[in-house]
Amino acid sequence: MTDLTRLTLAAARDGLKRKEFTSTELTRSYLDAIEAANPKLNAYVAVTGEQAIEQAKASDGRLATGDGAPLEGVPLGIKDLFATKGVHTQAASHILDGFKPPYESTITSQLWRDGAVMLGKLNMDEFAMGSSNETSYYGPVINPWRANNSNAQLVPGGSSGGSASAVSAWLCAAATATDTGGSIRQPAALTGTVGIKPTYGRCSRWGVVAFASSLDQAGPIARTVEDTAIMLTSMSGFDPKDSTSVQLAVPDFAAAVERGVKGLTIGIPREYRMEGMPEEIEALWQRGIHWLKAEGATVRDISLPHTKYALPAYYIVAPAEASSNLARYDGVKYGLRDTGKDITDLYELSRADGFGREVKRRIMIGTYVLSAGYYDAYYVKAQKVRTLIKRDFETVFADGVDAILTPATPSAAFGIGDEDMKADPVKMYLNDVFTVTVNMAGLPGIAVPAGKDAAGLPLGLQLIGKPFDEETLFAAARVIERSAGIDFTPDKWW
Amino acid sequence: MSVDAATVTRIGRLARIRIEEGEVAKYQDELNAILGFVAQLDEVDVAGVEPMTSVTPMVLRRREDKVTDGGYPEKIVANAPLTEDNFFMVPKVVE
Repeated sequence: MTDLTRLTLAAARDGLKRKEFTSTELTRSYLDAIEAANPKLNAYVAVTGEQAIEQAKASDGRLATGDGAPLEGVPLGIKDLFATKGVHTQAASHILDGFKPPYESTITSQLWRDGAVMLGKLNMDEFAMGSSNETSYYGPVINPWRANNSNAQLVPGGSSGGSASAVSAWLCAAATATDTGGSIRQPAALTGTVGIKPTYGRCSRWGVVAFASSLDQAGPIARTVEDTAIMLTSMSGFDPKDSTSVQLAVPDFAAAVERGVKGLTIGIPREYRMEGMPEEIEALWQRGIHWLKAEGATVRDISLPHTKYALPAYYIVAPAEASSNLARYDGVKYGLRDTGKDITDLYELSRADGFGREVKRRIMIGTYVLSAGYYDAYYVKAQKVRTLIKRDFETVFADGVDAILTPATPSAAFGIGDEDMKADPVKMYLNDVFTVTVNMAGLPGIAVPAGKDAAGLPLGLQLIGKPFDEETLFAAARVIERSAGIDFTPDKWW
Repeated sequence: MSVDAATVTRIGRLARIRIEEGEVAKYQDELNAILGFVAQLDEVDVAGVEPMTSVTPMVLRRREDKVTDGGYPEKIVANAPLTEDNFFMVPKVVE
């Protein structure tokens, strides 16, 4: 029998409906693959094998008597940030040791409603803070990709590094992920997978561990544009439990995938041509422009003048919101507790012990910019800059631009323990320079693999869309995927 | 703007994160690197610009003010490291 784990989500779903194989067989194939690969890749922090087989058997029962639900019997990986009832949910942090929520996040409950099977929880940067998946309490995730003729281990990007690595290495049919500054799109680009961050408000945040509430949005990582579209349809929808959830009908995103780009206007922002950007990234961008033109799109240069201020504004807004959200981890209500001589001592020691270095740094920055005397100079100023960043986008969309094409990341995957980035936190932050504007403006953005660098590592392009127009992004990303025509399967070494 | 050692200690206290004496210098360097980076915003003219309060053009939804959930204290305390009779236990706060 062929290796079932090598099927796309769409092919697995169709094969199940045609009864070519059962969900139990498919799920077992994935569990076997995880058992063999996880000691090397560290993509999963918890595998829920028994529960997965139970879910798969239930799906097989439904498939035996009909078509089942849209994702019936399809095995997925879930980022450790999503609350899953009675199952490991720790945001890859020490401070949530042993936490098992008595409730299910809205997004995962929708996936189970649609028949999906959970394989386990995926590794990530602690509290989704990071761009390399090296801040996890459970250790770094390894990218299944390696440079040509090299055994050096590379990062999968972050914070959804476990999701990206697992999808790329065929350890799940697709995965959930979240994106606060680029945490879906950057790891997707670094692993040759597809990731979409939908418009803010499209997916419920209820039951997703909060990092920066005004920026956080969940979305899928999968192997193809079509697979991400199928996933997003199940993940989206109005939720009265999230006050920022938007009451809009959810389109059948998969129906938009083959729509093409004929007649669309694609903007190319000159501010994304960064100084010192590798030649290969520029060449990739030009190829993307060429492909979209060849399929009938009009391409025009645009200006988004406040682009360079998005990342500095983000490093005020995101830590400020994080310092507030993470105040709840106090050693009393759940997770890790250190003994203290009084209550303040208990708080301070538990938090010093339970949070990793990057998380503490961001809480400190956030506390500082919100403290008396600095609030206006930092936080209010950053929120004003955010208004300007959003206005830049509104202006070009009002001027007839349907979507914007940019590189997804400033480089391909880099090495584990990169010395430059360890020495200077700002260097690591620059990984998100092309993706963070999208969160600041609440827009949808998709990363799609489009080429490889000289070392054979995947590179991605990003498309940015109008609010709630994810359909155009799927259509344009599909044109890039099809035009590139590259098989983004890493050579198996694990 | 930059922070000195005393400020690092004060922020640690406000954030309820114990910063040991030996860690202060490293935090000071890192926080100043980040504050140096965000200082770029000084170049931006924001006169007359409203600070963003909602990224989507929507009014925060409200609901009727009534109890819709609850009544399961044992679930609330289930994950707590130390409890008694469905109460969270902490060191003595009032003498």
